[in-house]
Amino acid sequence: MARMAGRRTLFAGPVLLVVTFGVFAVAAASPFDPVKAYAGTAGLTASQDNLDQLRANLGVDQPLVTRWWDWLTAALTGDLGDSSTLRQPVADVIGDRLGWSVLLAATAFLVAIVLGTGLGVLAGRRPGGWLDRCVSSAAYTLEAAPAFWLGLLAIWFFALKLDVLPAGGLTDTASDTVTFGQVANHLVLPAAVLGISQLPWFYLYVRQGVADALEEDPVRGARARGLSERTVLLGHALRSGMLPMLTLVGSRVPELITGALLVETVFSWPGIAAATVQAATSVDFPLLAALTVLATAAVLLGNLLSDLLYGIADPRVGFDG
Amino acid sequence: MAARSIHGAMRGAGAAALAGALALTASACSNPGGESGGTAVKDTAVVGIAYEPETLSPLLGYGKDGNSKIFDGLLTQDADMKLKPALAVALPEVSADRLTYTFKLRKGVTFSDGKPFTAKDVVFTYSTILDPKTNNPSKGELDAVKEVRAEGDDTVVFTLKYPYAPFAQRTVLPIVPEHIAGKQDVNTGDFATAPVGTGPYKLVKWSKSEKIAFEANPSYWGGAPKVKKFTMAVIKDDDVRATRLRSGDLDGAILPPNLAQGFEKDKHKKTWTAKTYDYRNVTLPTGNKVTGDTAVRRALDLAVDREAMVDKILDGAGKPAYGPVPTGSPWFAKGTERPHDLAGAKKILDEAGWKPGADGIREKDGVRAAFPLWYLSGDKLRQDHALAYASDAKKAGIEITTKSGTWEVIEPRMKDEAVLAGGGSPGDPDFDQYTLLKSSLAGDGFNNMAWYTDPAVDKALDDGRRSGDTAVRKAAYDTVQRELVKNPGYTFLTHIDHLYVVNDRWDGLSTQTEPHDHGLASGPWWNVETWAPKK
Repeated sequence: MARMAGRRTLFAGPVLLVVTFGVFAVAAASPFDPVKAYAGTAGLTASQDNLDQLRANLGVDQPLVTRWWDWLTAALTGDLGDSSTLRQPVADVIGDRLGWSVLLAATAFLVAIVLGTGLGVLAGRRPGGWLDRCVSSAAYTLEAAPAFWLGLLAIWFFALKLDVLPAGGLTDTASDTVTFGQVANHLVLPAAVLGISQLPWFYLYVRQGVADALEEDPVRGARARGLSERTVLLGHALRSGMLPMLTLVGSRVPELITGALLVETVFSWPGIAAATVQAATSVDFPLLAALTVLATAAVLLGNLLSDLLYGIADPRVGFDG
Repeated sequence: MAARSIHGAMRGAGAAALAGALALTASACSNPGGESGGTAVKDTAVVGIAYEPETLSPLLGYGKDGNSKIFDGLLTQDADMKLKPALAVALPEVSADRLTYTFKLRKGVTFSDGKPFTAKDVVFTYSTILDPKTNNPSKGELDAVKEVRAEGDDTVVFTLKYPYAPFAQRTVLPIVPEHIAGKQDVNTGDFATAPVGTGPYKLVKWSKSEKIAFEANPSYWGGAPKVKKFTMAVIKDDDVRATRLRSGDLDGAILPPNLAQGFEKDKHKKTWTAKTYDYRNVTLPTGNKVTGDTAVRRALDLAVDREAMVDKILDGAGKPAYGPVPTGSPWFAKGTERPHDLAGAKKILDEAGWKPGADGIREKDGVRAAFPLWYLSGDKLRQDHALAYASDAKKAGIEITTKSGTWEVIEPRMKDEAVLAGGGSPGDPDFDQYTLLKSSLAGDGFNNMAWYTDPAVDKALDDGRRSGDTAVRKAAYDTVQRELVKNPGYTFLTHIDHLYVVNDRWDGLSTQTEPHDHGLASGPWWNVETWAPKK
């Protein structure tokens, strides 16, 4: 287990290197002009001299490999550079925002896993029962519903019709201190929407896994031996039924990040997602590279996590066989 | 069908249970969110804006057109866009050759950190912006400045390279404290996110892409504002902004006409319409055989139905445009309005030898009267304008193919293909007309996109820029506008109103004439420091 974690960590280095270079190459090949993006609307009245000066100041007249190498060597010494779109050091951008994104994504993930598993087990016990039919059709519908649309629906219902939850932001718009109560209150809708948009995957996997497992010989055998329904379900069916879901936990991480992007936008959540889009469309190399490293690391960690869980849950699988 | 199944989904056991649980948690946590920021507190205002600035540092371009809330300029503009003194005690003294501007500064003004404001801060601000190492994309606006120096603590003298009539208008630019901004990297220092100024409001917190929170500066030289807390929530999506306004979370917001209409029946809210210099036009590049022909340009100018565009595309919230100067402006040359005249357009084309071909599209010397028209992809308003323009032109026998793309796609083609462009800066007639029409600026960045060249216009633009006499200037800009009728290098289509819906619980609201981009300064909150709660 420790060996697998170590080996994966060794691989992570080269993977990250390749990914950052890829980001620089793709961004350089894109038709977007970082100088135009920096200047914004002012660029539409700026003279060519002014724009050329900006190009030199921002260092975007350098060749691709030079820019990447400069960024990499600086990053290794802890200097992540300055974001040109946000006019701020990249470390500050990430420091300000990452926490809120992690909070949102983690809460949503928890909602999705707990509810998805719970409902999946209940539905898998009696496939075709009323609970299964209700929740399954809801899950299929949810899978087709885009997260931002769910977000608007939730705002309409909970913030407008019922007026019980705030429609957006991290705190009340008029308030300028961040308190636990306010954040908790404002977290409910976006986390619920993001969580619910992820829920069908977990639910459907667990439901199928548990339903299949209940049909397997060991479970039948256990039943035949007269073991209680509870023991059969939790001890036998759930164990093998849960396996596919563990893979899912890891593989859903990227999806969670993209989902968070839309949800953060709808709810004006001050997370990292909005910065990512901005960095990409403005060819903000330093910010984009740092965020890509973060996202790649999250995916690598997610995969490692699911493999570790897999190994723990079912010793037959082993670690990196 | 989809709606019904979602309804079913919401009623699904899990979702309903969750919803109930969430509702309970929320009401247990604190009282409902919308109310505490909304109607209960009288000295607090929260407004929704669509775009946030990239930076709050004036050195990098923030607030260059005035009304920056945190800062003051030497001068400022009132509701009618007339200049009045701010950090200066009076309008500047201008030398006879119009090359020297002397400002006397207000005494006893302090920055919100308590340190005094002096002439050194003014010199620091302007010379830092003009420094080539400073990444300020608008520094071209100060191109006329040769030198700025302090004489003692309370006098600042600007020397210009050439006489530039609108120079005083440029001094609404905010002044920053040298003792703070001078100690850090101008391009990346934290002054851009934690600015300190002399203005009516202090920045409390800027949570990027969420909100900008201000509090009243109690020691403001113009008197402490009555709205003690002022917050701008950054909400890009129009629908979300309207929704949060309706939920009571916002006190006001900028909205597109169709969403603003939804608030017409709301007794507690009032819709404010700001007149603007925000135009949409079509560039007719001189280099193109079709659009470069004066007959085609004049025919298009008459064939286009501007009234219909205002009614159908803008829902009435706008005005026909005949040039960059709006018809309501004192600088507008009366008599240059061109009513829709399809017959007149056809006559011009017939006389110039553009004869209809087999398919109804005109031809002359083997050249088809056809050209492409680009618009910015994703911009619905520009798309609608482009399609309407193409359809009007078709009736006169000119075929326009509309194409959409980003600026990266459009820019290399600007020299000989038409573009649906937008712009507009109020304040001085020089600002728009010089950059749009001066032949020496043809193809310089996004200036003079149509490569317009007209000696009479060039001369009038120089006269208008150099003279200090309003009557001379008015005559010069009248000439420009009349020449544009004879040789329209652009077809101007509309000036677009900006609409704002605001809770009706303050006195003192008004709107200024607004520029093309919706900066923080725009909207009825341009003078929030003078609002007072209604009794």
